[in-house]
Amino acid sequence: MARVFLPLVLVAMVLFAAAPLVVANAPPEQTMGLVQKIFYYHVPSAMLMFVSAFVCGIASAVFLFRRSAAADRVALAAGELVVLFGAIVLVTGPLWARKAWGVWWEWDARLTSSLLLWMIFLAYLLVRRFGGPGSEKLAGAMALFGMANVPFVYVSVNYWRTLHPKTSVVMTLAPGMRAAFWFCVAAFAALYVLLLTLRKRLEDRQAEVEQLYLAAED
Amino acid sequence: MRQFLRVAWVVMRKDLTVEMRSREIVYTTVFFAASCVLVFAFALVREGRPLEDAAAGILWISIAFAGTLGLGRTFERERHTETLRALMLAPSDRPAIYVGKLLGILALMAIVEAVLVPMIGLLFHAPVLARPLWLVALLGLGTLGFASVGTLFAAMLVRARSRDVLLPVLLYPITIPVIIAGVRGTAALFQATPDEPMARFWAALLVFFDVVFVTLSLWTFEPLMTE
Amino acid sequence: MKRLLPLIVLCALLPGALTLAQAPAGPPSTQADFVPVNQLPAQTEQLPAAPLLMGAYAFVWVALLVYVWSLWRRMTKLEHELADLRRRLQKL
Repeated sequence: MARVFLPLVLVAMVLFAAAPLVVANAPPEQTMGLVQKIFYYHVPSAMLMFVSAFVCGIASAVFLFRRSAAADRVALAAGELVVLFGAIVLVTGPLWARKAWGVWWEWDARLTSSLLLWMIFLAYLLVRRFGGPGSEKLAGAMALFGMANVPFVYVSVNYWRTLHPKTSVVMTLAPGMRAAFWFCVAAFAALYVLLLTLRKRLEDRQAEVEQLYLAAED
Repeated sequence: MRQFLRVAWVVMRKDLTVEMRSREIVYTTVFFAASCVLVFAFALVREGRPLEDAAAGILWISIAFAGTLGLGRTFERERHTETLRALMLAPSDRPAIYVGKLLGILALMAIVEAVLVPMIGLLFHAPVLARPLWLVALLGLGTLGFASVGTLFAAMLVRARSRDVLLPVLLYPITIPVIIAGVRGTAALFQATPDEPMARFWAALLVFFDVVFVTLSLWTFEPLMTE
Repeated sequence: MKRLLPLIVLCALLPGALTLAQAPAGPPSTQADFVPVNQLPAQTEQLPAAPLLMGAYAFVWVALLVYVWSLWRRMTKLEHELADLRRRLQKL
């Protein structure tokens, strides 16, 4: 793990530092102009929010059915990252919307369901914090429902008439935009793996400390 | 399978028998739901009359709030008398116990809705009798979606701290899509000319939610309730 | 296997439920793809895009930095605690 870690940090740093340059070189969009460049951070964050929700859900299922404490720690790390990347999506989105649609927020299917997904994982963190003993299992159930919610959020924009651009946008990007977009996806993905690893490691240390306290008492 | 249904039936009968002795939860929940409707009606008044389009929304909000209250009270009673632990010790299929409790909650909410729907019809001039079967279908599917998740979480929270505030915190983000589907479907039915294709669309979506929620709840009930 | 059965049923029923839910057709008002241009058109609108763009990027950087900083802080605290506990246990 340690041998992979340092290169991972370097890769993430380099990619993330280069991202603004890559984005600046991408061609601006016809209808939306300069503000469309928020896309290059907004969409990768949304993709990672969904990925993290899946990671949290699967880790919670492993925790609930195999009673694996390590899986529970992964779930907690992934849950926090859903809230982090979700916050990025929910702030960059309205900033883009203010210019593109004229309003900060619309109660359409995609925005509403994304907000609810974010709130589910926020509730996940609240339960873990304030639920008392045994709250990890409760939170695990929440994460499973949250994970089941993700496909719904993703397809909502294709099934309902919304202001939000459809999922087909990503696959039909022009070459200049495509390169910049997938570069940002790679940067964010590297960053995500790094943060998940760090956060899980923090939880491992916490578990070690608690075990040592118990050993010291004996 | 027969054993499963028998256990569920017995659990439900137990709940209903206990409830019928005092009728405490039924009376208080129905009264609370009615007060909800009145509070919202007065809050959304324009020129002395409540907004007519608000009928569907107010109906479902009252169902959601009354449902949360009923769930909390029902499981509080279980916690107080320690009967939940006794149920868990019984040598029966855990999901069957979940289904039994779910049926009990559904019965309670059916009573609440039987009072709320005529109220909504009277106070908001909503055409509740225009498409009664569709209305019953929407109410049934939506209540099932809400109650399935609610029963799971309320049962889990019995042993947790801050359980009163945590139930809404956990329940609402997950069940809001169900409520939205219920409201939109009911609003389609309450229009001057009821929009049946729209109601059918939302009903199909509710079926989708119900399948997901009931399956997930059945799947996770056992590991969640064991120590 | 018994535990997986409800999940399999769920996956089998989902496509059916989705096809049932045929959304009533409405006029499509969203973009299906992005169209690139070589130059930005002259700024004629009232709302300038640059502050929004910079605000969005700034928020992303700040959020990530705050998170990493909080992780680092908690990690160093735990490392100290861990070293301390190990020393105490050595003494016993």
